Amino acid sequence: MASKRTVYMELKGTVSLYGILGFFGLFILAGLGAFWYMEVYGHIVSGMNNQIVWGLPHVFAIFLIVSASGALNVASIGSVFGKTAYKPMSRMSGLLAIALLIGGLAVLVLDLGRPERIIVAMTAYNFKSIFAWNIFLYTGFMVIVGAYLYLQMSRGIKPIWLKAAGITAFVWRLLLTTGTGSIFGWLIAREAFDAAVLAPMFVAMSLSFGMAFFILVSLGVNRLDGREFGPALLSRLGKLLGIFAAVVLYFVMIQHLTNLYATEHHGVERYILLEGGILTLLFWVAHVIIGNIVPMALVFHPKTGKNRTAIVLASVLVILGGIAQIYVILIGGQAYPLMLFPGYEVQSTFFDGTFGEYTPSLPELLLGLGGVAIALAATIVGMKVLKIVPTTLADSAVDPHHREAA
Amino acid sequence: MTELTTTKADPVSVSRRTFIGGAAAVATVTLAPGITVVAYGSDGEDKLVKGARWGLLIDVNKCPQSCNACVTACSNEHGWEDTGNPLTDAQWIRKVDIKDMKTGLEQSLPVMCQHCETPPCADVCPTGASFRRGDGIVLVDKHLCIGCRYCMMACPYQARSFIHEPLTGQKPYSPRGKGTVESCTLCVHRVDVGRIPACVEACDGTGNGAMIFGNMNDPESEIAKRIAQYPSTQIRADLGLDPGVRYTNL
Repeated sequence: MASKRTVYMELKGTVSLYGILGFFGLFILAGLGAFWYMEVYGHIVSGMNNQIVWGLPHVFAIFLIVSASGALNVASIGSVFGKTAYKPMSRMSGLLAIALLIGGLAVLVLDLGRPERIIVAMTAYNFKSIFAWNIFLYTGFMVIVGAYLYLQMSRGIKPIWLKAAGITAFVWRLLLTTGTGSIFGWLIAREAFDAAVLAPMFVAMSLSFGMAFFILVSLGVNRLDGREFGPALLSRLGKLLGIFAAVVLYFVMIQHLTNLYATEHHGVERYILLEGGILTLLFWVAHVIIGNIVPMALVFHPKTGKNRTAIVLASVLVILGGIAQIYVILIGGQAYPLMLFPGYEVQSTFFDGTFGEYTPSLPELLLGLGGVAIALAATIVGMKVLKIVPTTLADSAVDPHHREAA
Repeated sequence: MTELTTTKADPVSVSRRTFIGGAAAVATVTLAPGITVVAYGSDGEDKLVKGARWGLLIDVNKCPQSCNACVTACSNEHGWEDTGNPLTDAQWIRKVDIKDMKTGLEQSLPVMCQHCETPPCADVCPTGASFRRGDGIVLVDKHLCIGCRYCMMACPYQARSFIHEPLTGQKPYSPRGKGTVESCTLCVHRVDVGRIPACVEACDGTGNGAMIFGNMNDPESEIAKRIAQYPSTQIRADLGLDPGVRYTNL
């Protein structure tokens, strides 16, 4: 138990709160406008084509969906692993998880060729499709985490039920990200995919991206509302973020080393790691260095690891690096040509044997950012109307063993 | 469902198998924008030839690099065309020029949907819009396709196209539309009335005779005899998909 009883309060309806909601509202409107533009004129107005069939909207959608399950980390650490200091943040964790998933799914649906047929996707199922499974994993996640949130906010609930809901949500979020990774892992046709390691790699990515989102959002709302967020607690979250970033790099290393060992994959590895132009740059600089190594250095260094600004910076870099990582996986995996005739030089009017061309368009970017805005706006609205955010996250309030540094 | 006429037909395939087939009696009910229920007359179910596996055999030695007759014929038959946007234009069939990097040997061959026995496109399709008919023809049900494009990610042959722009003037027997995915139908509308695909007809017309269409499960058919007598290859045979399109001299 925490040393003091945690009190939760709705966010105050301040000018800055409505200002921020209005800011996100503009992005949501821009995203909807972009959707309508693509809906009327077709995907011809996007940068996508018959070689790169999933573009920037999918990068954002996958990023948000993966982050959603990771945003639940804090709740899981509190309820499943029994760390009391995390329990007061559990509601924020659950709400953010649901909101991120809604944002990601919105982008995914609005990028469909026939988005008005969403009812078809919800009524006609091919159960051999991992995509169809994912529809259940996503809706199930919202129901389970929603129930978990409800139980947390209800009075007189026995701890055993909370624990059960927490464990169910934890197992489900692992399944969900495994499902998202398997969308790529089970694609036999493409050299960059078709690997079982993608499923656990996506789980690792979710831990890292979700933690970064959680740190930024929870710090942001606490600051917005003038509530305290203890430096020791933040430092703990920062160190966890660093560990998760290391796990991501571990899986990325395994994936590429395994491919590098097999001659048949040398082509795709050379493309991603050496000769892919912007993709190679994004891989090494944005994803590996800026998105993982620098944040790890920031959170593990004895000085910066206790510095609020440094931890915020590390979280921002993890998010930017995460978007870059998904971009490289998704676009790189499609841009590398399908090998219909190994050992042959190949050419055709349908771009056989050539690297796919893709330049993201403004509508795609706006649609993706609109999804991020939906997630963040939904989080803030949830915190405004429900008792989600603790009145204080001061170290002395969340950790009975906390001692102020002398 | 009671009129199963093939041994390999699965329930999903049978219920949808005639959606493109131009059945005689068609009733259409529009429930809401974008949702249309189409009911076909039962005569469509009789069109599946019992136990058939329709396929193509392409002799690469008889396919000159300069000839594009099959591609032109398909384009004319189904109405897909060059609109000046090569990256986004649909191509149901294309000529692929290949050169052996060791020996320098150059060859040219048409590549289209390979009508796999176990099609990855149908495996990954969330709604079941991509499906394989009981007679081996792989199709997209344009009423179920939501335009997610996962089938295009899954197809090892780059055989599918997404429609990026509004279309007009589609052929009644070849439904196409913005926001959905499409590919070679093996001219199912012709096959169902006993005709051969447009590409094969055009290839015959040139005198090259590089393409043979037929029922690979009928031992008396020319295609079955050829593949039994001479070696043939499958593109990406390593994937074990058992495509319905085979090549010789490749």
